[in-house]
Amino acid sequence: MDDLLSEFLTETSESLATLDVELVKLEQDPNAPDLIDNIFRLVHTIKGTCGFLGLPRLEAVAHSAENVLGKVRDHELVVTPVAVSLILKSLDRIKDLLATLEATEAEPEGDDGDLITQLDAMALGEDVPGDIEAPVEPEAKPVERQLKAGEASEEELERAFRETEIEATEVVETPDPAPAAVQAKVEPPKVEVEPRAEKSGESSVASQSIRVSVDVLEDLMTMVSELVLTRNQLMQMVRGHADSEFKVPLQRLSHVTTELQEGVMKTRMQPIGNAWAKLPRIVRDLSHELGKKIDLQMLGADTELDRQVLELIKDPLTHMVRNSADHGLETPDERVAAGKTETGKVVLNAFHEGGHIIIQIKDDGRGINVDKLRAKMLTSGSATEAEIAEMTEQQIQMQIFAAGFSTADKVTAVSGRGVGMDVVRTNIEKIGGTIELDSEWGKGSSFTIKIPLTLAIVSALIVESCDDRFAIPQLSVVELVRASKESEHRIEMIKDTPVLRLRNRLLPLVYLGDCLKLADASEHELTEGAEVFVVVSQVGSYTFGIVVDRVFDTEEIVVKPVTPLLREIAMFSGNTILGDGSVIMILDPNGIAATTSDTKVGERADDGEELGHAVATSDTTTMLVFRAGSDEPKAVPLSLVARLEEIDVNTVEQANGQNLVQYRGKLMPLVKMDNGYDLRESGRQPILVFADGDHSMGLVVDEIVDIVESRLDIELTASEPGYLGSAVIEGKATNVVDVGHYLSDAFSDWFTSPDEAAFGEDDGRSLLLVDDSPFFRNMLTPLLEVAGYRVTVATNGDEALALREEGVAFDCIVSDIEMPGMNGFELAEQVKSDSRWQQTPIVALSSHVNPKDLERGRNVGFSDYVGKFDRDALLSTLSQTLAEKVDVA
Amino acid sequence: MSALDPNNGNDLSLNAADDQLNGAGSEEFVTAVIDGQLFGIPVLSVQDVLGPQTLANIPLAPPEVAGSLNLRGRIVTAIDLRKRLGMEPADREKSMSIVVDHHGELYSLLIDEVGEVLRVPLQDYERNPPTLDSRWRDVSQGIFRLEGRLLVILQVQRLLDIIKVAAAA
Repeated sequence: MDDLLSEFLTETSESLATLDVELVKLEQDPNAPDLIDNIFRLVHTIKGTCGFLGLPRLEAVAHSAENVLGKVRDHELVVTPVAVSLILKSLDRIKDLLATLEATEAEPEGDDGDLITQLDAMALGEDVPGDIEAPVEPEAKPVERQLKAGEASEEELERAFRETEIEATEVVETPDPAPAAVQAKVEPPKVEVEPRAEKSGESSVASQSIRVSVDVLEDLMTMVSELVLTRNQLMQMVRGHADSEFKVPLQRLSHVTTELQEGVMKTRMQPIGNAWAKLPRIVRDLSHELGKKIDLQMLGADTELDRQVLELIKDPLTHMVRNSADHGLETPDERVAAGKTETGKVVLNAFHEGGHIIIQIKDDGRGINVDKLRAKMLTSGSATEAEIAEMTEQQIQMQIFAAGFSTADKVTAVSGRGVGMDVVRTNIEKIGGTIELDSEWGKGSSFTIKIPLTLAIVSALIVESCDDRFAIPQLSVVELVRASKESEHRIEMIKDTPVLRLRNRLLPLVYLGDCLKLADASEHELTEGAEVFVVVSQVGSYTFGIVVDRVFDTEEIVVKPVTPLLREIAMFSGNTILGDGSVIMILDPNGIAATTSDTKVGERADDGEELGHAVATSDTTTMLVFRAGSDEPKAVPLSLVARLEEIDVNTVEQANGQNLVQYRGKLMPLVKMDNGYDLRESGRQPILVFADGDHSMGLVVDEIVDIVESRLDIELTASEPGYLGSAVIEGKATNVVDVGHYLSDAFSDWFTSPDEAAFGEDDGRSLLLVDDSPFFRNMLTPLLEVAGYRVTVATNGDEALALREEGVAFDCIVSDIEMPGMNGFELAEQVKSDSRWQQTPIVALSSHVNPKDLERGRNVGFSDYVGKFDRDALLSTLSQTLAEKVDVA
Repeated sequence: MSALDPNNGNDLSLNAADDQLNGAGSEEFVTAVIDGQLFGIPVLSVQDVLGPQTLANIPLAPPEVAGSLNLRGRIVTAIDLRKRLGMEPADREKSMSIVVDHHGELYSLLIDEVGEVLRVPLQDYERNPPTLDSRWRDVSQGIFRLEGRLLVILQVQRLLDIIKVAAAA
């Protein structure tokens, strides 16, 4: 029998039993508002459920009975024994109908016109005609009843019911009307006309299942969990004694415990179809609302999983199916145009796989448009063009799980508000599950959800770090690697970052002791012969290794939630008691991954956070810190450096008093910072290579120290040539090198590349450079001057506008974006709003080019946008911009 | 022991304490000594009294959390009362503890020594002196004047509620 139907029968039988009792009570105490409310509610529920299941006879009877009860509730009718009898009669009729329904899975044919007429008359306050006749025999010709407004005829309901089923489900069998009719003849409905309802035989379905409160089951589960723990404890104790007399009974105990555990688990198991029960209806409604033809297929509905898990995935699943129907599937016209069938398909599939449940939601709709997503990411500023360029298609697709993300062009009542998919993911991850997405533009999308069968008992790997033991859920453990100094698996360090070579890939490592603040990082130096274990874990698409000191075996553990005092610690997902009675914490690999890496498991966590991050880094610069000559550190913006090289000093040649080296088929001059140091006598000499077109130059350094991301505030301007000044980088005073100085040292013609020579004749090119940072003013001014521009400098927007007031004109303005006070955008708006400088092109200069700014910049009138360190781009942009200006003029 | 509803127990004692003006009734407390000072915990909220236990370390936990222990298959979080009250730490492995139930979770409060169960008349109740150390004032419900010594009543709720995980990372 259909699960939905049997559930309905069980529930309704219970309600009816209650109703009998309550109605009798009401008769004795006609003015008890609680009673009448309760009765009304129960009848209403029955009516509602019948309507949902497409049982028109039941519904009609319940509807009329409800009408009467409604009047009673509103004090429009007085409770009389006649009224009560009538209601009870209708309840009996409902019971009869239910009995047939239970036997044949279909409503008996027939008509309840007589009863309904009486009930309706009662509702209108008319006298009720005498005793009621037995219902018309099924074979009798059904008497047509006038349809009430808003009521569908039996045929209509029947048809709707059948259609819904055929259209929407394959699992639910269409009730076969033929045997039902036969059955109905054999078993004519029993009719009770007694005023007091007698139990007309317990429903057999109802008696086969009992309803147990969830709390009882939960308690039972807890007890069994304890039992499992105690069993484990005993097993551990006996393991030490080879021939203990307890061995045999213990084995039996163990066996029974396992069976009991499985049994109790079974009571908590429910077919996943329960979570799907509402879907056909939802999809049917959706298809009407959206004018789409949708075929919902549900496979593996009888796959069972833990009640708790089921509850948690119910809403996410509903949401995803809704999404597939709304966003995924196209309208029939679009489908036909795309060469598909008119009817779109949504397939739900559930099956077991290695202790997990896999649920797939597939549609054959339009799929996810990766280009649209990219554009969306750009406009929302959640990623820069460069970041997007590096992402795989799948990573981009995963963006739909980011908060506030929606690709729907319009928000419908159904979906597209950009909330939802992130909640779906969060809910699934909360129960230790994962969600993956595979989509092909034009072909459809497929979501795969992997969730554990149960949350209560999991298999976990017990590890030890710094003398404390922890459990790691097996679900996230991929493999174990033993690492020691001598073995082929050796932990290597990049600066302070430990990594492991694993099958030709570098695996980032995390020391468990570090993340839990159990040890100092310095203690990790492995002594000879010592070994550690790397637990290779996977969270989403992110694989990393957790370094632990020892690994014990795996154990079935009962996950207990941690005390509220510790909920904030993301590293733990719970705690448990091991077989030996000790309490240990269960690690949450999700938490470890999140707190130790910036790469948020394949996709970004939160748009808001990400934006904040972008703002924070916008005024930092990546600096290359090196040592040359003296001990004090020197730095140069990394973006100016073409390559880091090491050259063999034997290859250095002398010419014209200059050190030269053959580099990539050309001669490259080597320049020293000052004369305080020399090239190395032998071996390899590190150099920084600065390159531009045909020219390159090597700056001789002693040692490359580090690459750091740092705010660049030149605090002291330099007195000696070759330096721009000093800045604090990584807490140390560092000299910032003026690359321009050395460049012109090496090549006097460095800055006069052929491009610019074309404009050499035009002497009148004047430039206004607006930048608040002395560093950039110092770096750019000589560069631009060498390139043949007459440069005027303004340190802020107001200063620039003051020049306008003075009547000074420029051929071009180069302005920084991030400036205190008036920023670049505002300056551009000002410039474009006044006729004097309106025609002057403005080039924006920013250390952080983000697409959102780019667009904003174009809107306010910037001709172009150049990265601060991109010298070539700046010069070529300037030539181009000025050339265009000449063309226009 | 009927300690199923400790909060109710707390409220009861609180109400009772507020009703002290009526001069009626008395209240029962389990007493404990920490650093020479006598403390009382409403008897109805006490589940168990334990001798020294081995505590499992909980990394990243707030400093007041001393660890966890297994009490007949239930996980109990140990709270270092000395730390909580701003006193010098003692040897946690040697401390006795009083186990209380708070919102269905068990906590063991580490103390130096468990005393007797004391029934004190409510007329001896006094509110916290305003000059009391604020850390104590936060968690104390009031003082009972006993013969020769003072009994500071601890509110389990307050003891546990204020403990927060400092920047978990």
